[in-house]
Amino acid sequence: MTLPRLLALGGLAIAAVLLLIVPFALGRYGLYILSLWSVMTIAAIGLNLTLGYAGQVSLAQGAFVGIGAYAGAILTTNGWPMIVALLVAVALCFVVGWLLGYPALRVQHHYLAFVTLAFSTLAYLLFRNEEWLTKGIYGISDVPRPVLLGLKTDSPLRFYFLCLAVLAIVAFMVWWLIRSPWGRAFVALRENPIRALSLGVDTRRYTLMAFAIGSALGGVSGVLYAPLVEFIDPTPFTLGLSLNLLLMVIVGGQGFFAGPFLGAAIAVLLPEWLRFTEGLYLLLYAAFVLGLLVISPSGLLGILDKYLTSRSTRAASAARAAATATATLGDPT
Amino acid sequence: MATLINLVVSGCATGAIYALVAIGFTLLWQTSQTINFAQGEFVMLPAFFMLAAVNIGLPFWVGILLGTALSLLILGVGFKRVVVDPMLKHGTLPLAIATMALSLMLKESVKEFYSAEAQPFPSIIPSADLHFLGATISTQSVGVLVVAIAAVVALQLLLTRTSTGRQMQAAAQNPTTARILGIPVERMIMYTFLINAGLVSLASVLVTPVYLAKFTSGETLGLAAFIAAIVGGFNQIRGAIVGGLLLGVVDNLAATYISTQYRAAVPLVLLIAVILFRPQGLLGSAEERTV
Repeated sequence: MTLPRLLALGGLAIAAVLLLIVPFALGRYGLYILSLWSVMTIAAIGLNLTLGYAGQVSLAQGAFVGIGAYAGAILTTNGWPMIVALLVAVALCFVVGWLLGYPALRVQHHYLAFVTLAFSTLAYLLFRNEEWLTKGIYGISDVPRPVLLGLKTDSPLRFYFLCLAVLAIVAFMVWWLIRSPWGRAFVALRENPIRALSLGVDTRRYTLMAFAIGSALGGVSGVLYAPLVEFIDPTPFTLGLSLNLLLMVIVGGQGFFAGPFLGAAIAVLLPEWLRFTEGLYLLLYAAFVLGLLVISPSGLLGILDKYLTSRSTRAASAARAAATATATLGDPT
Repeated sequence: MATLINLVVSGCATGAIYALVAIGFTLLWQTSQTINFAQGEFVMLPAFFMLAAVNIGLPFWVGILLGTALSLLILGVGFKRVVVDPMLKHGTLPLAIATMALSLMLKESVKEFYSAEAQPFPSIIPSADLHFLGATISTQSVGVLVVAIAAVVALQLLLTRTSTGRQMQAAAQNPTTARILGIPVERMIMYTFLINAGLVSLASVLVTPVYLAKFTSGETLGLAAFIAAIVGGFNQIRGAIVGGLLLGVVDNLAATYISTQYRAAVPLVLLIAVILFRPQGLLGSAEERTV
């Protein structure tokens, strides 16, 4: 078994133990933080698909979390079950994400960042101003926690396990997706779109798909976010959230499957650990991100990946040297 | 009619400030492929340097000079050496993301070490009203417009009429050839960072009396500057000016004649429309883009 695989399995095992056993020892607030981590990770996984795998910059993921949260809040407060809200939110975000993908067909990189940034701000304005639907700045209160198969999830522990279960399902689906031909097509799109096109990859469809699927996951995250905080108003869904999600993906390591998990953990848990610094934590976080980017633009997992690659190259060249040495020694002349 | 004149003049004044910020933004892009997402915070910060100087008892004009000097040092030299130089080799996008982190850092620093409250800021232009065709126009608007236009003209002259300016243009257009011709490209790039720092300081002096000094005040300004730069044409100064003025006026007219709730949406829609239908900007010529 190779070292990277060993590391991945070990990490998975430790994470599973932490996520399944530790919650029983946590209080209400600890469970809230862990649930928030699960919810944000789902959104970050979506963005990682769009940005990390397909290479399309998006500063709009926060807006999709918002769309999902509003769809969830509006439907569930009107008596619809959460599963319906989830389907509606996913469908809505998929369609809007698909439409947002159209600019990506025309413009790239920083231009795309600006288009998505504009979209994000427009979505915020809609949440704030369309009072007939979103209740504007007053917000929608008493978003109910869902009932699944007759089981109520109103206790923090149960709701946490719901979030974790959804995260597990999403993670598995994405894991499967990036190993499928689709995932390979996304990577081809990121690495060299012209070559991908010349090899017969329908880059147009895959670009739109990357946006649509990534955005739909933002919607899933939003549907869980609404009952988690039980109150939805426009303030969480400013550009700041999109930026934060982008930084999560970058810090963890874009294009790595485990990147969003790690990035979200840092973004959600770090403020808690840095509580003693009072107001300074965002400053420290920003400084940390800046320093990390200078050292390794591919994030924390990028550092690990670089180390593992150089290690295996060293091992390979050592093996080659050894083989040459034996060959020379064995040479009778 | 009177309202219209008023709106257009004050819109132009705001637009001229947007243009100053947008010019700095495009200069950085041209010479060193830096998309500075912290440009708005770059405008917010000098005002706080100046306020800090005034707080320790210095006269306002010394504060302005000191604040500008600090911006040249920190937002010019420091920004280039600490953030841009090490990041540039990784590509445009990681650098852009690094500037997003930088903007967060600058905002939080001001909030933490100065104040989270909005601070009043003295104006360099005496306040009075002018009457013109029945419209009342404040000297503030006219003054801002005049100072900003003077700055842009001076910059244009510097870039086109002086040897240094020509060298800067050469360094921006083709660094390799410029280097072969003996132009100190590195120094020219440093000059653009200094010019940017100077422009944002000037913009800061002009805009802060109107919008007050607050740690978040860079957000709207930064966004406006991006929009102005892109709408006008990302790769030239003329474009940034047209974009800035257009944006200032459109913003003002939209607030009055369309809807105050959605005034912020109009520039964004303009931005999306321009990017989709004329990505090179209204005045820009098509630029080679990497795929």
